[in-house]
Amino acid sequence: MFAYYFQLGLRSLRRNPALTALMVMAIGFGVAASMTTYSVFRAVSGNPIPDKSARLFTPQVDAWGPQQNLKGGEPAEALGYVDATALMRAHEAKRQTLLYQVLLSAIPAGNRDMPLSLISYAVSSDFFSMFEVPFRYGSGWSAQDDDARAADVVISDALNLRLFGGANSVGRTLDLSGHDYRIVGVASHWNPRPRFYDLFSTDGFDEEPDVYMLFNRAIDLKMRPSGRNSCRGSLSFTTWQGYLQSNCVWITPWVELDTPAEVAGYRRFLTNYAADQQRAGRFNWAPNVRLRDVMQWMDYEKVVPPESRISLAVALGFFLICLVNTIGLLLAKFMRRAGEIGVRRALGATRGEIYTQYLIEAGTVGLAGGLLGLLLTAVGVGGIGLLFRPQIAKLATLDPSLVALTFAVAIIATVLAAFYPAWRAAHVQPAWQLKSS
Amino acid sequence: MNIQIRPILVALRRHKAGTLLIALQIALTLAIVCNALFIIHQRLANMSQVSGVDEADVFVITNRWANSDQTTSQIDAQVRADLLALRQLPAVRDATPGSGYPLKGGGWDNYVMLTPEQVQPTTDAAVYTGDEHFIDTLGLKLVAGRNFRPDEVMVMGTQQAITPPSVIVSKALADRLFPGGHALGKSFYSMGPVPTTIVGIVDTLQRQGVDRYAQSHAGQSLIWPLRADDARGIYYIVRAKPGQLAAAMREAPKALLEQNRMRIIDPKDGVQDYATIHHKVYDNDRGMAILMGIICVVLLAITAAGIVGLTSFWVGQRRKQIGVRRALGARQSDILAYFLTENFLISTMGVVLGTVLAIAVNLWMKNRFEMSSMSMAYVGVGVLVLLLLGQGAVLAPALRASRVSPVEATRGG
Repeated sequence: MFAYYFQLGLRSLRRNPALTALMVMAIGFGVAASMTTYSVFRAVSGNPIPDKSARLFTPQVDAWGPQQNLKGGEPAEALGYVDATALMRAHEAKRQTLLYQVLLSAIPAGNRDMPLSLISYAVSSDFFSMFEVPFRYGSGWSAQDDDARAADVVISDALNLRLFGGANSVGRTLDLSGHDYRIVGVASHWNPRPRFYDLFSTDGFDEEPDVYMLFNRAIDLKMRPSGRNSCRGSLSFTTWQGYLQSNCVWITPWVELDTPAEVAGYRRFLTNYAADQQRAGRFNWAPNVRLRDVMQWMDYEKVVPPESRISLAVALGFFLICLVNTIGLLLAKFMRRAGEIGVRRALGATRGEIYTQYLIEAGTVGLAGGLLGLLLTAVGVGGIGLLFRPQIAKLATLDPSLVALTFAVAIIATVLAAFYPAWRAAHVQPAWQLKSS
Repeated sequence: MNIQIRPILVALRRHKAGTLLIALQIALTLAIVCNALFIIHQRLANMSQVSGVDEADVFVITNRWANSDQTTSQIDAQVRADLLALRQLPAVRDATPGSGYPLKGGGWDNYVMLTPEQVQPTTDAAVYTGDEHFIDTLGLKLVAGRNFRPDEVMVMGTQQAITPPSVIVSKALADRLFPGGHALGKSFYSMGPVPTTIVGIVDTLQRQGVDRYAQSHAGQSLIWPLRADDARGIYYIVRAKPGQLAAAMREAPKALLEQNRMRIIDPKDGVQDYATIHHKVYDNDRGMAILMGIICVVLLAITAAGIVGLTSFWVGQRRKQIGVRRALGARQSDILAYFLTENFLISTMGVVLGTVLAIAVNLWMKNRFEMSSMSMAYVGVGVLVLLLLGQGAVLAPALRASRVSPVEATRGG
């Protein structure tokens, strides 16, 4: 019966071409607008590290005090050097890392090329295991190397390709900004987006970093953060030491905590640390600490651009209007055939059968709308670069799951919209129709 | 022409579903269209803010040092040599060093206090650094006081916190700090232990950022006489002679590389003119305006098409009744007026409901996205557009109805 009703549905599509075209277009545009904006929203709001996001935490300690901290009494979004290194020394988490952005340049051998500017991070040894950085060659460095303040670096696949033609460069020496470094690892393509681990300096959608160097080494070399830096009060430092001791925040800490007990334990530790600072007279306010996991941190840092949320909300509203439109048009289309329904009912068709037939007919409209919607979504995703920054726009892709979703949404929405018109069709009084014809 | 509303209302009661659907569609369309118009207008307003820069002739070179171990005096010597070389180029009018530039996006800003003990800031200012050529290079208009003297320009090493004794502020900052127009000669504190004294006021100088925070302190900027000799890099802001922008943009990086090759000027975006900078910083705003524009147009088209479709159906259903009315003496214009009035009644229901919805949507967006309140003018425009749209959409089916022949009354079916 389904196949027969489906055929009837197809035939009926051809009967009122204008009305049908209107419905198909309404569904198509509505679905396409929703799917295009959803493809961006999906890309920017996704969990960048699903299997560990609930076990990675970024601790915050209020070193600015209630008069200077952020809105709502929130502590700064990063740590200063004093607090960051104190947390590391305490080593209350199994794995922990500090990180900040630095600027490095590679000076290619010979004097043929211009130096390359490299996006780089100064990190601790646990960075690679905590964030599951994949390696093509070699690996990260060890905790001993952290302590030995070694001149080790991990470079990206892309940089390895540029400098060494993609060969295994582990063990080779690399001149970065006038200093020699030993390559210990080459990371495979790794650029989680949003870049949850550095939402202080980035908006989460930057290009893949080229180099990871030792945090301790970067401090030894007095490498200023090339990312964000935020300070409070009256500043007067003129030396590196003065900067390190200042209240400026620029370091993002991360810890890995596997069990709720560990989380609770770390929270206690943070509070105790802040209380110690208060007792020592460094803070003259009560402990004010936070411990957010990846998703909470992304939420707090408002990673999803408001543009993405607003456009998704507006597109969904648009889709809703298209559906209301479709209900009206389906009603017109079905009721136009009241006479025909009357005859069928008089010949013994049950209400259920009429109902089913018209729902299936609506389904065929949904299918056609889905096809058009898919086409328009492809156009929309292709043109999304007009609406969003390139870094975000290129994350929106028309993958198989989006194709399936487009069809599913189009068909289900149209069938839902057909419930009322089909119900009206099923309740046509056969006697009335037969009499008037 | 005597339009009778009662019979129309009675007839509408027999088409409850269709009537409600059209009214609902108009209501939802109004809610979305006026909020979209509001967003478009806000974004366009952002984009049309004046930077104060002579955008036609100015470009920016992002210069990074390849060797991070230079001392501040080494860097300063290089910066001074670079500036000399840039200013001597035939196509260049002037050049200044800087730690940032207007519309850069993000950038350095400082809290501003009026007394040294003050903890809560009075306001927040975008911080620019430059030498005595800064004002001429950007093409800023000095409205009070004087420019920096060459001997006032201090050297600021890598991220040192230095407060120079003199400062030039934008008019917006001067007015915010010292309302009444007596800012010249006054001092303030900006995250340092020593005061800085206003020696000059420039007319318009937009901030580096254009985000919400920057918008709430729009135009409040200060310029300090500093050469930012940061070990990581420096911006050179260059003003070409009129009409020679392209030539200057070609010559300038070459001249710098001839000075010293141990620097990085990104081939892709190391040298940017202001048209590019302006375009880039408003990407989000422009994208939103385009998207909302597309949605508005398509939405109105679909709503109009829906009205045409449903009205055509009604006309088709009522051919016989129309024929009877015509046979009983109704003129064509009576039939036309009937359908136009019917649509007007439905549309009015729709826009009344839509106005409530529009305000609700705006309230929701205000809470959710920290947007401001929508002026009722947008609702007014939306109501007008939708009423006209309804009348326009119903015109074709109504004309068709008016041409129904009285003979239809005698036909069966």
